[in-house]
Amino acid sequence: MSLWVLRGLRDGVVTTRWPAKPDPYADDWRGPARLATSPADPTSPDDLTDLCPTDAITVTDGTVRVDQGRCILCGRCVAERPGVFAWSQGATGLAALTREQLIIPELPETDAAIQAARARLAMRTRALHRSVHVRHVDAGSDGSEEWEIQALLGPVYDIHRLGVFITASPRHADVLLVTGAGSRGMSGPLRTTYDGMPDPKVVIAVGTDAVSGGLLRDSDQTTGGVGATVPVDIWLAGSPPSPFGILNALLIAVGYLNPDGKRSR
Amino acid sequence: MTMITQPDVPALWHELESRVAAGHRFAGLFAARAADHNLVTLSAHLAVKGEGEVGGGVDTLQVTLPLGATRYPALTPRLGAAFWYERVIHDQFGLVPEGHPRLAPLIRPGQPLPRHVEGYGMFTIPHGPVRSGVLESIEYLVETPGEAIPHLNMRVFYKHRGVEPRFTGLALPDGVLLAERAEGIASVAHALAFCHAAERIAGCTPPAAAALVRVLHAELERIANHLDVAVRLADAAGLAVATARLALHKERVMRLISRMCGSRFGRGVVVPGGVTALPRLSPADLRAELDKLVTQVTAEATALMATSSFLDRLRGTGPLTPERARTHGALGPIGKAAGFADDNRLTRPYDAYPDLAVPPARAHAAGDAMARLRVRWEEVESSFGLLRLAADQLAERVGDQLRVRCEPADGRALGWAEAPQGEVLYDLSLAGGQIARCHPRSASFHNLVLMHEVFAGDILTDFPFIEASFGLSVAGVAL
Repeated sequence: MSLWVLRGLRDGVVTTRWPAKPDPYADDWRGPARLATSPADPTSPDDLTDLCPTDAITVTDGTVRVDQGRCILCGRCVAERPGVFAWSQGATGLAALTREQLIIPELPETDAAIQAARARLAMRTRALHRSVHVRHVDAGSDGSEEWEIQALLGPVYDIHRLGVFITASPRHADVLLVTGAGSRGMSGPLRTTYDGMPDPKVVIAVGTDAVSGGLLRDSDQTTGGVGATVPVDIWLAGSPPSPFGILNALLIAVGYLNPDGKRSR
Repeated sequence: MTMITQPDVPALWHELESRVAAGHRFAGLFAARAADHNLVTLSAHLAVKGEGEVGGGVDTLQVTLPLGATRYPALTPRLGAAFWYERVIHDQFGLVPEGHPRLAPLIRPGQPLPRHVEGYGMFTIPHGPVRSGVLESIEYLVETPGEAIPHLNMRVFYKHRGVEPRFTGLALPDGVLLAERAEGIASVAHALAFCHAAERIAGCTPPAAAALVRVLHAELERIANHLDVAVRLADAAGLAVATARLALHKERVMRLISRMCGSRFGRGVVVPGGVTALPRLSPADLRAELDKLVTQVTAEATALMATSSFLDRLRGTGPLTPERARTHGALGPIGKAAGFADDNRLTRPYDAYPDLAVPPARAHAAGDAMARLRVRWEEVESSFGLLRLAADQLAERVGDQLRVRCEPADGRALGWAEAPQGEVLYDLSLAGGQIARCHPRSASFHNLVLMHEVFAGDILTDFPFIEASFGLSVAGVAL
């Protein structure tokens, strides 16, 4: 046993200081597609929509929009039309309080909806303070989102330092992390878990599959995202999201961070 | 690869049985309905045993059922490995395999089965589908009189996403994306198996530099997966420091992968005809990173395998008999640990493996959780060796072509790759440049059914060790 005590001291502290201090790995993470900063005027905008395997790109009245909640990070649009699309950079800033907020540039009417959602969430998270218990349910993921959530328990991300704990029982849970495209087989167990949690509770749809169903949106075996089964409070894009992205969404859920990334208290 | 058409089902089963007895490996049984008519075809895949270490390809034996057939004589009573395959066929087509021992829905929802073991004090502990940690959804029904586990039932349908029908109608580039997401923790292996099938139809060979890049990603994926299993085993034993240390190394491997290609799971690298780009890391930087990693991982593995309180939990736990491993054709580390090694990198080599000399697996026969972990450490060691070789060879090929044209129109072929869990097999049919049908078969699907049979002498507290030591992904089971 003394062997492991000594081994535990190797490498010193490997834990990130994020969000108190910036972390380069969080900032360098390659996220969903976005519009290029000064997008070249698309000559034939109708071709753009055909680029995307999940229909994340829409063109209305000449305005090109990317739905990051549908983006599976394949990068085809960035590779084919680099003048119009680019990778987004950074693991944070991908958690939205409304589904529409993941569509960029934002639709004109969403601002009021976001304010309302923020007020609703703030009212509930006020009661959670700084100790939060999290329950995870897999509703048909490909398995990668589970790895990224598990990573949060490891020494590098170590969510315990922020007062966040994974709990086995929904009865102890404040936050529900849902992964997967919403397989029909998991609709019942997911709903039961949600109902078993005490109020107030916050639901986070973790990853593009959970937000929109990803590539399996049109499968008759999924509900095309988990929003059809439980009311989602925070929509997190990414396929899968980075552990930093999941951590960011958790901290927004507990009111530690505002959705714009600023410390709220 | 040869396609052999048989006149009727009994003839097919007879041929299959005799070839399995001759040392070939049963690799899957699928049904498909032809697009233009209602005839259903059964295809059985056999991994051919070759001369010496190098095996043959994978043969397909197939039979077309008579029009309107609703039943056929089951294969399972003759070859137990078909147990789950025939249940899936029943789920998908309503075909009844006559004589199947336990024909209940597998990937479609169904009522729990009556208890298998009856007797005084017997009860069932349902475990799942919502698990107690951050795990994939599956339900285990543990039949127990208190401590021993005379029987285990598994219900895997909860995660069924309908991946297989979703392939139909996709273009090849979209097919790769779906393959990468069939079993997310083995993205590279699934993409490879899919692309190998497409490349076989097109008759093209990826350039040498692309083959090396593919090996780099496949081997890093293997190391990450094996470390994940080690993390879960250490966690099950309550070794907090070992769990943290191993999780740290796994994170380092995943960060290395993301430095190479932008994705922590190696996605978007493998495409039909080659790879999209060279690693963004220079070969010298990659070598330096690998050298650092190999020292750290080896030291941790050595320490773990010298911790007796940990090893006590693994020794003799969840044993799979060599006989059962052979008749089932157990894949990957589970097979190797029970003396049945058929590593596709060695026996049916692809990409750069023929030139890299994959070391043959060391002989194991215990088949227990301990042997499975030993196999994983040996694979990690050989993976680091392959990575170094591939990185060195790639350094001499910077600037080479990375992709050839691969636009097949029509045809059917099999593609395979050795995932960390074992062989991944793709049966791909193209028509008019689109996917007419694609049947992925993960090692997780083929191997998980063996969990029914490894609880001899084990008790409830051994369960997490056995589950972790299998190292499978439920996503790949209930596609």
